[in-house]
Amino acid sequence: MAFTFAAFCYMLTLVLCAGLIFFVIWQIIAFDELRTDFKNPIDQSNPTRAVRRTLFPRVCPNQLVVPEYSIHGLFCLMFMCAGEWVTLGLNIPLLFYHLWRFFHRPADGSEVMYDPVSVMNADILNYCQKESWCKLGFYLLSFFYYLYSMVYALVSF
Amino acid sequence: MSAPGFTNLDSSSAGYNQNQTPNGGAAPPCQNGPLPTHPSMYPPAGYYGVPPPQQSYPSIPNHATSAPSKASITSSAHSHNYYQNNHQQQQQQTQLPQHQVAPSPYSAPPPSQPYATLTSLAPPPSNAQFNQQAFQQQQTLYTTSGPYYAGAPVYPDVSYPSAPASSQYAPHTSSNTSTPGVMSTQMGAPLHQFSALPPASTAAQPGYGTGHQTTATMNGKGSTAAVQNNIHQHYDQSHQAPHNYNSYSGVTQSSGGADGDRPPSGTPSASVHSSPSHHQGLRYGYVANSGASSASATTSGAAAAPSSSSTDDDEEEEEEDEDEEAGGDTSSSSTGSASPVPNNYDSLEGGSYPDSMPPSNNMTNQAPPFGSYGYHGMQSAYQHGQAPRPDASPSHSVYSQPGYQQYSQPFPNLSQLSAALGGLSGVPELEMEALRPVNLLQERNLLPSRPLEAPEPNLSPDLKKVNCCPQTFRCTLTSIPQTQALLNKARLPLGLLLHPFRDLQQLPVITSNTIVRCRSCRTYINPFVTFLDQRRWKCNLCYRVNDVPDEFMYNPVTRSYGEPHKRPEVQNSTVEFIASSDYMLRPPQPAVYLFVLDVSHNAVEAGYLKYFCESLLENLDKLPGDGRTKVGFLTFDNTVHFYNLQEGLSQPQMLVVSDIDDVFIPSHDSLMVNLKESKELVKELLTSLPAMFSQSRETHSALGPALQAAFKLMSPTGGRVTLFQTQLPTLGAGKLQSREDPNQRSSTKGAQHLGPATDFYKKLALDCSGQQIGVDLFLLSSQYADLSSLACVSKYSAGSVFYYPSFHHTHNPVQLEKFQRDLDRYLTRKVGFEAVMRIRCTKGLSIHTFHGNFFVRSTDLLSLANVNPDSAFAVQMSIEDSLADSSLACFQAALLYTSSKGKRRIRVHTLCLPVVSQLSDVYAGADVQAITCLLANMAIDRSISSSLSDARDALVNAVVDFVSAYKSSVSNLQQSGVVVPAAMRLFPLYILALLKQKALRTGTSTRLDERIFAMCEFKTQPLPQLMRMLHPDLYRLDNMSDQGALHLNDTVVPQPHLLHLSAERLTRDGAFLMDCGNVFYLWISKCCSETFIRDVLGCSSYASIPPNMSHIPELQTPLSERVRAFLDWLQDNRAFSSPIHIVKDDTSAKATLFQHLVEDRSESASSYHEFLQHIQQQMSK
Repeated sequence: MAFTFAAFCYMLTLVLCAGLIFFVIWQIIAFDELRTDFKNPIDQSNPTRAVRRTLFPRVCPNQLVVPEYSIHGLFCLMFMCAGEWVTLGLNIPLLFYHLWRFFHRPADGSEVMYDPVSVMNADILNYCQKESWCKLGFYLLSFFYYLYSMVYALVSF
Repeated sequence: MSAPGFTNLDSSSAGYNQNQTPNGGAAPPCQNGPLPTHPSMYPPAGYYGVPPPQQSYPSIPNHATSAPSKASITSSAHSHNYYQNNHQQQQQQTQLPQHQVAPSPYSAPPPSQPYATLTSLAPPPSNAQFNQQAFQQQQTLYTTSGPYYAGAPVYPDVSYPSAPASSQYAPHTSSNTSTPGVMSTQMGAPLHQFSALPPASTAAQPGYGTGHQTTATMNGKGSTAAVQNNIHQHYDQSHQAPHNYNSYSGVTQSSGGADGDRPPSGTPSASVHSSPSHHQGLRYGYVANSGASSASATTSGAAAAPSSSSTDDDEEEEEEDEDEEAGGDTSSSSTGSASPVPNNYDSLEGGSYPDSMPPSNNMTNQAPPFGSYGYHGMQSAYQHGQAPRPDASPSHSVYSQPGYQQYSQPFPNLSQLSAALGGLSGVPELEMEALRPVNLLQERNLLPSRPLEAPEPNLSPDLKKVNCCPQTFRCTLTSIPQTQALLNKARLPLGLLLHPFRDLQQLPVITSNTIVRCRSCRTYINPFVTFLDQRRWKCNLCYRVNDVPDEFMYNPVTRSYGEPHKRPEVQNSTVEFIASSDYMLRPPQPAVYLFVLDVSHNAVEAGYLKYFCESLLENLDKLPGDGRTKVGFLTFDNTVHFYNLQEGLSQPQMLVVSDIDDVFIPSHDSLMVNLKESKELVKELLTSLPAMFSQSRETHSALGPALQAAFKLMSPTGGRVTLFQTQLPTLGAGKLQSREDPNQRSSTKGAQHLGPATDFYKKLALDCSGQQIGVDLFLLSSQYADLSSLACVSKYSAGSVFYYPSFHHTHNPVQLEKFQRDLDRYLTRKVGFEAVMRIRCTKGLSIHTFHGNFFVRSTDLLSLANVNPDSAFAVQMSIEDSLADSSLACFQAALLYTSSKGKRRIRVHTLCLPVVSQLSDVYAGADVQAITCLLANMAIDRSISSSLSDARDALVNAVVDFVSAYKSSVSNLQQSGVVVPAAMRLFPLYILALLKQKALRTGTSTRLDERIFAMCEFKTQPLPQLMRMLHPDLYRLDNMSDQGALHLNDTVVPQPHLLHLSAERLTRDGAFLMDCGNVFYLWISKCCSETFIRDVLGCSSYASIPPNMSHIPELQTPLSERVRAFLDWLQDNRAFSSPIHIVKDDTSAKATLFQHLVEDRSESASSYHEFLQHIQQQMSK
């Protein structure tokens, strides 16, 4: 039983991972809202409702994207410092994906990852949704992996 | 009106009616001639068309109800009629005699016809026959022509408040129905003239003064009231019938064509007004009604009529009107007997109308014309609607039971039947022709002689007729594939091309308290819904069964109750509703216009300001709007200038805000002023504005801050911002750097910087969109101004972009002229504010991507801060679920907007297309123009998101994929070469033309801004315009013949053949016109005939033609007149009038013309033949 830096890393990532899961669920809800908007039979032509609904994803996913990426970057940094190479190796692909995504965002200098004017494009929306679901799965699995690793790190010494 | 008189009349009329039967059969020319045309014309006639005969009459003052002593009134009414006809037909007078010609035997005494019929009722049957035939003839004429005129005025009064729209109907329908061949072509002009009608309608109103005015007005209100009192309806009917009669006489006069006919007709009509004749008039009217609704006099109706009328006689005098209505109803129900489903009907009818059986059998001969009526079944059904009425005659109840079943049967049948027909008899020849394999490497002459029309969907004729006009709503595949797999196999894109706010010649406008919509998917009721029975309808998009509200049961067109299938909503695929407050978030905004003008040195140099001010001064009164219209002006260079135009000031005050980092509004209520109140100040400002800045030395442009100020100024109301910019913005927020490298202009690799440099303009546009502000951009720049960034401000706020490269008021007169023309159109065109558009489609289909200028709010909802009549949209669709369980796919676009008059309106377009399961059917229904336009939109998206070369490759691959898919799946021919179905034979040519457009070409020097502008145009131009830009129409003018010429009014518009866009077609001795959509080129060859040069251009010889000639002189020679008629006709078909350039063989302007010859090899692009060979190579890979 030893409280090593690795154990600390796992404890911290466990908490943050819960936060990431929350972020991703939030995104999924936002995209779903966008997509199923038209399914709502009432007040189709009532613009306020539509405005309110689109404002929601226009703001939310974008505000959450950069925190999510930086938190994930922090994970990788911590695991590197702690020498947890296996865990780092598991996270590296996603890190590269995040970097790629960040540098290939809409080219007009905006900070938003999801361009409100093109996010309704079915291809992009589908892609975003799929991306969110995949990430949710990844974070959930890694959550349990971190839990296991934390316990393992705590009891192994 | 005495009861005995009635009985007599009834008997006589019965006899008359029955006589009618043999005649109907015996005189096919009379009936059949006009009749088949009626169906075909039916859709335009739409809701004024079919039901109107009944409904329209009422507007004509009631002679019949008036006592004999009212001769004077009647005559006045006649004159009303006459005038009405006159109004529409001033020019058609020449036409009208042709009506007479049709009924040849009877035509000789046309004016006397009505009277003959009237007097002859009691007398011998032989007479009656004659009359009846004459009458039928009239009927076809009148139901078609007469009543509509009369009817049209009523609509505006009663339930279709937009007078102009409804007024336009009348001529249209009349023209269509009466003599289709000739009239339809001639009608173009009368439509325009017809605005004179509304006054006529008011003139007709006094006729009501005979005592029915009250009822009439009651009706008027009744149409809007939820439930109509029965009695009122009956009154209506009674009025209608007499009116019919009167209208006949009135029409005969006019159809007589000579003014001289009027007085004689007046006198007979007076004599007619004895009560018996009056009643006959009623009878006529009613028969006419039936005839109109069924497009023929139905014998069964005639047979049914006596019975109903005899029962009527038992009732009190006052209820006579009801009886009439009942009679009318029976007749209309009998019209239902002649249906496209004769078997069904015979059996059903047999049960319902035993005594009318034999005639109804006869009537089956007439089934084809009836088939045109989509909802004929309902007519009989409607009878049932009458039955429950307490005062309905017992005979009705007899019919009602079987009648009931009819609804449930004909309706589902209709869709099934249409599908079946579509599959079986649905123009197989056409389909075969469309599928004929064409080897493009062998067949060289592919172009049709006239510009390509949209292919007709393979629907049953009745659905085809009510379907949405292809100019408004077009689908790339007129046969929708059943599954996504089939669509993928076809290798063609599925999408819609929409032009929703197009200027329409005729548009039914509907006011009602409840707008009937599907409860689950909110689809507006449309012609393609199914009526399960009288009280329920089934949505054609989500298949939910909905109730028909009570109000919908009342039909304002026929003024009858229980005919929901005849409501205009169900008769027209394009309708406009006046929306109630449910559709408003706030009170409808007034029309608000803000003009943001660049006054920097560059702008002064270009000199646009003077011309803008002149144009605005000229059009100040024509700006769309009402008494609440507000205007404002804002100028900017390195500071932002506001203008206080508050009413009461002696002259406009200029307020300068120099703090461009944080722009504020100096005064809140006096900058946007009411145009009416401050008109003098506005005029003064506009006159002084050009001089005010003539000495400006300021070269910087603070566009961003000016736009921010405009946004702040407009955000309380919303409205339209018109922005004039002449250079790259260099100060404040949103400043831009030049990104264009002139050396890269002709790079073959592609173009850089197609996307915006900053998101400032996009964000601003989204804010504007949220506040219902649309920004229209006029860019008049000689330098690079980064249109790709600037255009964002219009793109996402649903504005439009105009670009005038190298604009200079003296050095570039061509651009100046174009600018002035565009401004004239821009300032006066319709505008819709705070609009949203939703596109719904049949369950299983879903929207993939939108193209155009808008902000997408949700998967199927577009937010349009402004909507203008010149912008179009494209929509990519995908098939999510199999459509196998439905035979029809429908699309509905609903545009909710605030008109410039402050009315909230909804314009609804519905398109219906068949669903097919065979690949060959998909190919047969492919619309090559729509496919090209959709692909162009997709390619432009691709070039911005990816790269230009990527987009070009994708376009070539689209052709390769399609050709190989066709080769492998459909054609069994093993022949080599590029083989495509005939329907798609122009596809490779169009794609090649697309690749040679400014937007997508490489290798040819193209300025970045011009490229971006071409891209913007592709995204927003309506299809016909886009096709002309893509593949210009080339005509030879010097040897035009009158073969196939159009006859519009009194001018002959020759229709020369289209030529291939190749220099080999430009012979050395010809004169050629190239129509590029936004410009015309008239090419004069070196050896062009002297006569053409002299007669058309007014020059003595080829050498004396001035080099920059840009107009055709108005010479009185026949050749000149024909050329100008043709040019004017081409101009009329587009929104913005295009300038014409006369290009001589030896001038440098030659190059601009030659770049449009897309089939030829250019410096950097292959010829058509090479392109085909390239495709063949790619296929074999």
